Amino acid sequence: MNPAPLPSYTSVLVANRGEIARRVIRTARELGLGTVAVYSDADRDAAHVRDADAAVRLGPAPAGASYLDVDRILAAARASGAQAVHPGYGFLSERADVARAVVDAGLVWIGPPADAIAAMGDKVAAKAEARAAGVPVLPEAVLDGDDPTGWREAAEPVGYPLLVKAAAGGGGRGMRLVTRPEDLPEAVAAARREAQAAFGDGTVFAERFVRSGRHVEIQVVADRHGAVVHLGERDCSVQRRHQKIVEEAPSPAVTPDLRRRLGSAAVELARRIGYEGVGTVELLLEGTGDDARFWFLEMNTRLQVEHPVTEAVWRVDLVRLQLAVAAGEPLGFDQDDLAAQGHAVEARIYAEDPTRDWLPSTGALLRWRPGPTPARWDSGVEEGDEVSPHYDPMLAKAIAHAGTREEAAARLARALDELEVHGVRTNRDLLTAVLREPSFLAGEATTAFLDDATHLRASGPDGATTARHAVAATLAGVLDRRGEDALSGFAPPGWRNVAGDAPHTTWHDPNGATEPTTVRYRLEARGGFRAVVEPSGVELHGRVAGTHRTGPTRHLELEVHDGDDAVGVATRLRCTCTTDPATGATWVSSHGATTAWQEAPRFTEHGAAGAGGGPLAPVPGRVVRVATQVGDHVEAGQTLVVLEAMKVEHRIAAAEPGTVVAVLVAEGDTVEAHQLLVRLEEGAP
Amino acid sequence: MRGAPPTTIDTGSAEFAERRAGMQTLLDDVLAAQAVLAEGGGAKYVDRHRQRGKLLVRERVELLLDRDTPFLELSPLAGWGTDDPVGGGLVVGIGQIEGVECLVSANDPTVRGGTSSPTTIAKTLRAQEVARVNRLPLVNLTESGGADLPRQADIFVPGGAAFRNLTRLSAEGVPTVTLVFGSSTAGGAYVPGMSDHTVFVQGGAKVFLGGPPLVKMAIDEDADEETLGGAEMHARRSGLADALAVDEHDALRLGRRLVARLHWRKAGPGPSEPADPPLLDPDELLGVASPDVRVPFEVREILWRVLDGSRFEEFKPLYGTQLVCGWGSICGFPVGVLANNGILFSEESQKGAQFIQLCNRRDLPLVFVQNITGFMVGTRYEQGGIIKHGSMLINAVSNSTVPHLTLMVGASYGAGNYGMSGRAYDPRFVFSWPNHRIAVMGPRQLAGVLSIVQRQAAERAGRPYDEEADAAMRTLVETQIEGESTALFATGRLWDDGIIDPRDTRTVLGLTLSAAHSAPVQGTSSFGVFRM
Repeated sequence: MNPAPLPSYTSVLVANRGEIARRVIRTARELGLGTVAVYSDADRDAAHVRDADAAVRLGPAPAGASYLDVDRILAAARASGAQAVHPGYGFLSERADVARAVVDAGLVWIGPPADAIAAMGDKVAAKAEARAAGVPVLPEAVLDGDDPTGWREAAEPVGYPLLVKAAAGGGGRGMRLVTRPEDLPEAVAAARREAQAAFGDGTVFAERFVRSGRHVEIQVVADRHGAVVHLGERDCSVQRRHQKIVEEAPSPAVTPDLRRRLGSAAVELARRIGYEGVGTVELLLEGTGDDARFWFLEMNTRLQVEHPVTEAVWRVDLVRLQLAVAAGEPLGFDQDDLAAQGHAVEARIYAEDPTRDWLPSTGALLRWRPGPTPARWDSGVEEGDEVSPHYDPMLAKAIAHAGTREEAAARLARALDELEVHGVRTNRDLLTAVLREPSFLAGEATTAFLDDATHLRASGPDGATTARHAVAATLAGVLDRRGEDALSGFAPPGWRNVAGDAPHTTWHDPNGATEPTTVRYRLEARGGFRAVVEPSGVELHGRVAGTHRTGPTRHLELEVHDGDDAVGVATRLRCTCTTDPATGATWVSSHGATTAWQEAPRFTEHGAAGAGGGPLAPVPGRVVRVATQVGDHVEAGQTLVVLEAMKVEHRIAAAEPGTVVAVLVAEGDTVEAHQLLVRLEEGAP
Repeated sequence: MRGAPPTTIDTGSAEFAERRAGMQTLLDDVLAAQAVLAEGGGAKYVDRHRQRGKLLVRERVELLLDRDTPFLELSPLAGWGTDDPVGGGLVVGIGQIEGVECLVSANDPTVRGGTSSPTTIAKTLRAQEVARVNRLPLVNLTESGGADLPRQADIFVPGGAAFRNLTRLSAEGVPTVTLVFGSSTAGGAYVPGMSDHTVFVQGGAKVFLGGPPLVKMAIDEDADEETLGGAEMHARRSGLADALAVDEHDALRLGRRLVARLHWRKAGPGPSEPADPPLLDPDELLGVASPDVRVPFEVREILWRVLDGSRFEEFKPLYGTQLVCGWGSICGFPVGVLANNGILFSEESQKGAQFIQLCNRRDLPLVFVQNITGFMVGTRYEQGGIIKHGSMLINAVSNSTVPHLTLMVGASYGAGNYGMSGRAYDPRFVFSWPNHRIAVMGPRQLAGVLSIVQRQAAERAGRPYDEEADAAMRTLVETQIEGESTALFATGRLWDDGIIDPRDTRTVLGLTLSAAHSAPVQGTSSFGVFRM
């Protein structure tokens, strides 16, 4: 299945970052090719740079000045002697002009021909092609001009709910769901801004939204010699904000017959546009099995994020196929040679907080340790890396492949549980909850799945585990502090010759979702401890059987008895606790569960006169719109500022009615997290 | 490497279990006495204090200290057995603030309104002494109703020294910080007044020489407390407050910042030896000593459970064997140890005097482990010069300038108390085990001596001796002396700095050695003339 390439090139520049850059570099190395990474200033020490044989700086952190700068990338190829350019996904991967420029520069473009990209790049034109290839399409309308009334008229025949999508887009960028005509103008404006920022093209269109459809996509591979095959479908219905987070192959909704129909349609379209390399035809599927209906959504003329599930079940290396096709190699197999085996599920681990509206989380990745359960980890990061606010917050993908869907899902959930990730918040608990949700396991998930199953967003370890982690975090803090006592480190923790109240540590839930947790503790001789966790009232006692520190992480071996343990059976609890020295945020992992904590400060700082009230930037980002001015009377919930961080827009609204006293930022400003944006005087005018 | 110490204690034996149980009983009495301290002035006053939004004294202290660091409370049971509240309404101890060992002295305003009893004065003066000799920055947490007026006669004159001591500390370069949480009026106003640094709690601190009634009486002026001595007034107008705290937590935060900014450096050399734990379990210390001081025990069994790695280099092990002398270290601090294994003879006295001189030449702090019934008496020993030799030991103890730590692990009778650096010989600290007994001599001996003296007087006068009365007298005296020589009685009179759980001995000695190293550790070669 994997042809041995005879490359017309010996060195590949990967014009991308993160996990996909590392993924491409891995296969290129296996084939004996030289690898060149490119990087922005924010990625100077990133994992993909370390992986490559050579690395070339592109420019400052903003993608427009680095990863999206074609001239710099071509110059980097020239400077490094690379003869081929692999675009990865996102960034420049679906820009026909870039494909052309690469070829014009005498380099090999590892992707489809520019014409094929162009044919599929404009989503409206792409639908025409699909229609011509006999693939059904959804009603749609281009939303051009600057007249909101015109947009509404144009959208009328499409009907509501509809999706506003970037013509040049993909991956959910520049996409907005609109349920009422009056919301259309703001959605169009926002989608345009996002599309412009992400793809350099602000064109958007409206498309009928099928609420309970499935997102199913067909992987196609074509060589330069006329061979086109498909590698079945992937089901990517589990999405948050149109962003896929769990993908699998095959789809539980697709029967062999339906697979043949979907595959033939995709192959037909690829053939029609003269496709080469690997590509994906995205379809909307309604119903299941032989009664299902499907519509063409778009074709992604690149490698997909979720390609590993296809690789697992079809036993191919899609990057290897890309490299071979680009080198002019024939595929060397046809559709009949291909057979899928088993089931694969992928989950995308994002540095974001599902409980706080998917707020991106940045900072130092203090600990990153996948566990022992076998799974494929395609990771863009390594322990110690910095998760910056500049790019997509995806940290890694985990893929499990097994004989059955149930087994693959169970194994993946287990592997995700075991991941010790400290330093940033992730969607991991959401992912494991999805993988264990009965409706998902029954194969019933549609694109509405996550919107409907909102309870999954607050998923996390159970109360007993959380209480134990609170105690572990507290003990780790005590031991760290004792370790730092240069004067009387010999004395037992909190030693008193006259007994007083038990000391305590108060922890905030970093999500702010629940009331603070207070752990009252006492340490006794030989590592013995007693702790009461409030408000749950959980009582634990036991012994610190062993402890040591590596870097910012303290390892604890606890022997724990529950408060009502009459038999005297101790549970061995192996914990890792990491505290971010910069923020005091603490993460605790044990037995496949991770919790995050923020220690309450011992004292409140009372400075000079307070900085005044008003909304703070929730994340570092860039101001894309200031929607208020000094003197405005604003209502609660009224938008004051729009920030873009990690390619996602954040609407910053007034928490209370009030009067704007000062606007402290301007459009284009870069702001830090917790920076005051607008000073408000509370109360009605 | 040396092997395990040659202990003869069998922790599985009935004797060990009996000693341990006996000591535990005595310790329980101490713990019961200490348990009262947590109740402050009683539930009624504690509740009222809390309702005012105020922190209890121990809460203030806990917030002042670095988290999870040790706090060695001094004289917690001062006043025990007197009419004064136990503890004197004052929490005194050594603890760490921003990595600086400080002497903390905090009023408990729930105890008789935080007023000063004679015990409060004695404890305050002792606290200031500890701060001075060990050069520990002094932090006062002040909220006091002033003198307990009905007791003013016992307070007024000696109490004046407290203010003098504050400024003398300052003059010696020992920083003084006072955080005022509530009233600190009349004489009490000089506590902030004499301090290097002051923080006043807004709405809480009230500091004036004369309150509204006195002002009305004296000059017929109507004034309210805030105007006369509120925190804001002192922060903005009088300048008595250096910093204004918005609340009690804030005062403690500011106090911690002040201490951090002292840039305090300890003057002693600090620990220099490996601080590995003893090879024998310090937990066994509860069963090592005899609860009854009349039953002797091997003092090395204590040393092996206190010294780092149980390492003890004996000095003259074959000479004057009832005084065990030698070198070791505790929590990394090198020390010379003098420990009693019986009464003091001439040889023991001379050995001790020589050892003290040696340790002074080496700048080594001394640890005295007292279990002493006195110097030997009798014709042979008097003629052998026991007074001369005992004087040599007392001379050496008196003029030694290295820090002395005295640990009472049993009896402390007679001049043995002096020769082993008892309270009057200004050791830096004295701590007692619960079995400790202290008096001029054992109760039975004392009663017996009285009986003999009276019998002789009767004989000389030719009176018949009333044997019945003699027996009653002996019982009475014995009981009285017995009661006046207990560890609790002694600690109530500040003859020591506290009774400790024997198992905490290593920690207590480590903490006090560390405190002593806040000041320079310097021996001397200058002693009184040794009578040879």
